[in-house]
Amino acid sequence: MAAITSDAEIEVRRPRRSVVAGVLLVVWVAAYFLLRGIDTLALGGQDTTALHRWLTEHRDDVGQGNVLFDAIRIAVGNFVVLLQDLISQPSFDRPVPVIGWLGVVALAAYGAWAFGNWKVAVLTAAGFGFIGMQGLWQESMDTLSLTIAAVLLSLLVAIPLGIWAGLSDRAFKVATLVLDLMQTLPTFVYLAPLTLFFAIGPAAATIATLIYAAPPAVRLTAHAIRSVPPASVEAARSLGSTHGQTLTKVLLPMSRSTVVVGINQTIMAALSMVTVAALIDAPGLGQTVLKALRTLDVGVAFNAGLAIVVLAIVLDRVTTAAGDRPWRTANLRRRILLGAGAVGVLVAIWFSRTYVWAAEFPADGTLGARIATITSSVTNWVQDVFGGFTYGLRDAVTNGLLNPFEALLTGSPWWLVTAVVVALAAVLGGWRATVPAVVCTGLLVATGLWADSMVTLASTLLATVVVVAVGIALGVWAGRNHRVDVWIRPLLDAGQTMPPFVYLVPFLALFGSSRFTAIAAAVVFAVPVTTKIVADGIKAVPVATVEAANSVGSSSWQVISKVQLPVARRAITLAVNQGLIYVLSMVVCGGLVGAGALGYDVSAGFVQNELYGKGLAAGLAIVLLGVLLDRVTQAAARRTQNYQGSNRNRSRGDKR
Amino acid sequence: MKRLRYAGVLTAVALAVAGCGGQKIADDKPAAAGKDCGTFNLTVSPWVGYEANAAVVSYVATKELGCKVVKKNLAEQVAWQGFATGEVDVNLENWGHEDLKKKYITEDKVAVEAGSTGVAGVIGWYVPPWMAAKYPDITDWKNLNKYAALFKTSESGGKGQLLDGDPSYVTNDEALVKNLALNYKVVQSGSETALIQSFRDAEKNKRPLLAYFYEPQWFFNEVKLVKINLPKWTPGCDAVPAKVACDYPPYDLDKIVSKKFADSGSPAYDLVKRFKWTNEDQNTIARMIAVDKLTPDQAAEKWVKDNQPKVNTWLGR
Repeated sequence: MAAITSDAEIEVRRPRRSVVAGVLLVVWVAAYFLLRGIDTLALGGQDTTALHRWLTEHRDDVGQGNVLFDAIRIAVGNFVVLLQDLISQPSFDRPVPVIGWLGVVALAAYGAWAFGNWKVAVLTAAGFGFIGMQGLWQESMDTLSLTIAAVLLSLLVAIPLGIWAGLSDRAFKVATLVLDLMQTLPTFVYLAPLTLFFAIGPAAATIATLIYAAPPAVRLTAHAIRSVPPASVEAARSLGSTHGQTLTKVLLPMSRSTVVVGINQTIMAALSMVTVAALIDAPGLGQTVLKALRTLDVGVAFNAGLAIVVLAIVLDRVTTAAGDRPWRTANLRRRILLGAGAVGVLVAIWFSRTYVWAAEFPADGTLGARIATITSSVTNWVQDVFGGFTYGLRDAVTNGLLNPFEALLTGSPWWLVTAVVVALAAVLGGWRATVPAVVCTGLLVATGLWADSMVTLASTLLATVVVVAVGIALGVWAGRNHRVDVWIRPLLDAGQTMPPFVYLVPFLALFGSSRFTAIAAAVVFAVPVTTKIVADGIKAVPVATVEAANSVGSSSWQVISKVQLPVARRAITLAVNQGLIYVLSMVVCGGLVGAGALGYDVSAGFVQNELYGKGLAAGLAIVLLGVLLDRVTQAAARRTQNYQGSNRNRSRGDKR
Repeated sequence: MKRLRYAGVLTAVALAVAGCGGQKIADDKPAAAGKDCGTFNLTVSPWVGYEANAAVVSYVATKELGCKVVKKNLAEQVAWQGFATGEVDVNLENWGHEDLKKKYITEDKVAVEAGSTGVAGVIGWYVPPWMAAKYPDITDWKNLNKYAALFKTSESGGKGQLLDGDPSYVTNDEALVKNLALNYKVVQSGSETALIQSFRDAEKNKRPLLAYFYEPQWFFNEVKLVKINLPKWTPGCDAVPAKVACDYPPYDLDKIVSKKFADSGSPAYDLVKRFKWTNEDQNTIARMIAVDKLTPDQAAEKWVKDNQPKVNTWLGR
C-alpha cells in the first residue's frame, strides 16, 4: 500500500471511527442508568465458585513426590549452593566462601575488561566496592549467585528455543503466543503452583526466576536470526554450506550482538524477580528488603534496593559493552595483557583465600546506615509536608474519575460490558481485535471473577492514561534534548529495577491504603519504559525532517506536534502498549496496598489454602485482561498506521 | 596504552599487598560447632513477634547448644509445605490452622505438635487511642453504626470502612459485618505494613480508622490501640463461617516441628519443646528489633542476660 493513499485514508477514516466509538460510549452510559445492578456477577472476598474449589481440591494431584520434579529440584538446588559456596556462603569447613571479596572483584573486573572494555571494568570494581561499603556484601553475593544460576539455566533453554523459532515460521508463531502469555502472567501467580512442584527454597526460587527471565532471550535470539540478511544466507548456501554450517558460520556470528541484548534483558528480568522470589525463600537482598518492610523501615529497604539497582547497572553496562565488542580474534598484545590480567586475578583469588582482610569485606556498613537514615528522613519530611495535600488529591481523583468509571464497569450487566468491549474492538481494531475480545471476555466470565476483573480494569486504564501522558511528555523532552536524556536515564533504570515493595511504603504513608496508592505505584513502575521508547522514537526522527520544519519557521510546539510525534507514531504505539503491560504487571503489588480485586485474590491464593483455586483463577483473569488490552491496542494501532510489515511490531521484547 | 597502564596498576597493587600480609584465615577457625546438635531449619513468619521467638531460640540454640540454625523467611501457610521436604524443621508460632494440622500432622504424618509457646493471641477490631478518648462509647460494637459516617473513605462506597489486613490472616469480618447488620464495608489493605502505616497515620493526624489487628504485636508499644468489644465469644459460636456473629476466640499459639526433627534426638528439639514465655517477653524483644533497630541476635542476647533463669528452664537445668 502506498504511503500517500493510506494517509489519505486515515484522514477520511479517523473521524468516522472515533464518532462511532463515541456514540457507543454514550449508549453504554445511557444503558447503565437503566440497567445498573443487574447481572453484575459480584463475588464476596471469601466466596468461591465451583471452579475455584475444583482447582483447590486438585492442587496436590500433580505435585507431590514426583521423581522427575524432585530430580530437577535437587540438581538446580545443588548448582545454586555450589555458586553460593564459591562466592557468598562459608563453605568447605572454612569460615568464609571459597573466593573472598577481593577475588570476586578482581574476577568480575577482569571479565568485564576481557569481554567489554576497561571503562566497564572500572565501573564493575567501583559498583561492587560500593555494595560492600553498604554492608551488604554477603546478601549481594547470594543474589548474584541466584541470578547467575537462573540466567545460565535460562540461556540453556532459551537460546536453542530462540534459534528454532528463528529458523521455523511455525515455531516462531507458537513461541510468540506463549511468550506473550508468560510476560503478562503475574509472578505471584506461578509462585504458588511452583511450590507444589519444587517445594520452597533456593531451588524453587531459581526456577521461578528462570521462568520469568527466559522470554526476552528467546524473543531476541529469534529476532536476531530472522534479521540476518537473506543474501548472506544464500551466499553461504551457494558455496555449499550445510544447514548446520550456515547456522554456526553465518547466522549465529551475524546475530551475536542482538543475542547479547537478549541476554542483557534476561539478566535485568532475573534481578527484578529477586525480591518477589524472596517470598519462597530465595536468599539475598530480597530477604533484606522484605524484612525491612515488616518493620516499616523504608531506609533499610531502600539501601538494599539500591544494591540491586547498582548490580543491575553494572551487569547492564558490562553486557552492553560485550555486545558492542566486535567478534574477532585478539591480537598479540591484547593476548599478552589478557594473560597478565589472568595472573593478577589468580593472585587476588589466592589472597582472598588466605587472608581475612581479603576474604571478608572490611566495611562496617556505616555507608549503608547513613543511606538508610537519609532516606528515612527524606521520606518522613515528604510525608509531613505533603501528607494533607495528597489525601485531598487521592479523594478528588478517586471520587471524580475512578469511582464513576469503576461504577460504570462493575455496575453494568456483564453482557452489556461484553457487548460494548467487543463492539469497540471491532470498530477500532477490526477482526484482529474482535476475535480476542470475544474469547477473552468469555473466559473472564468463566473465571467467576468478572466483578473483580472490572475493578482492576478500571484502575489499570486510569493508570495507563497517566503513564502515557507523563511518558510522552518526558520522552519528547529527553528525545529532543541530549542532556536531559543523559540525566534521566539512570533514574529510569532505577525506577525499573528498584523493587516496587520499596516505594510502596512511602506511598502508603502519602495516600493511605487505597486503589489510588496502587495506581501511583504502577505509574512509577511503568513510566520509565514508556519514556525510554518514546525518547528512542523521537531521536530516530531524521534530522533533515526536523531541519526542514525549522527552516519554514515552525515553533517548537509545531515541530513536536506536526513532525516528530506523527513520524514517531510507531514507537509511541509500542510505548502505550508496553506501558499497559507494565501497569498490569503491578496489579498484584497493588493488592498489597489496598487495591483489592484481582491483585488481592492472587496474593490471598498464594497464602491461603482454601483460596488457592481462586488465586489461580484471578491470575488467569489478569492474563486475560492483558491479552485483551494488548491485542486491541495493537490491532487499533495497525489500522491507524500504514502497514510496514508485522515483524517490527514484534520487537516489544527488545525494550524490556 | 590505557589498557597497558591498567594492567600495570593491577600488578603493582597485587605486588604491594603481597608484601603486607595480614591475619590468615587458618588462624580464624569457626567456633567449634556442636557435634551432637547439628543443623535445624527454622521458619520465620512475616511479623516481628515471630521474629522475636526465632531470635531468642536461635540465640540460645547456637550459644548454649552449639547448633547451627538456618532461618527461612516464609509466609505462615507456605512454610508448612517445608515439613515434608526438609526445608523447615521448626515453626515457633502457629495461629490455629486446623486444616493444615489435619493435612500435615494427621494425614501426611510429616509434622508433630510441640506444645504451647505461652503466648496468647488476640484478634479483633481496633481504633486509634485518640478516637477512644474522644468517643468513649465507640468501643461497644452496638454504637459502631452511629459512627459509620466518620469512617467513610474514598474506598468504602458511602459506608464506613473496616480495614482488613494481610490476605493470609484469619478473618470473619465480612460475615461479621453482615450478621451484625453494620453499615460498613470491609476494605482489604493487603498487608501488615499497610495496616500499621494506616494506624500510625490515623493517630498522628487524628484521622478516624477502624481496622483488624491483633496481639501480640510490637506496634502496641508505639501506639496503644483500643479494642472494640464485639459480642462475646463462646465455644462453637464461630462453627459456621458464614453465620459468625461473635468475637474471635482467644488463641493459644503453639509450636509445630517436623517429624524428622522430633525423632532426631537433638537437644535442640528439647529446647524447642520446653520453650515457653509470655506476651510481655515477646514484645520486649520485638520492640528492640522493630523500634530500637537492634539485630535479632543483639536483642536476644540482651534479653537472655536479663532472664537467665527462664532460659535455664528451657535448657532443662
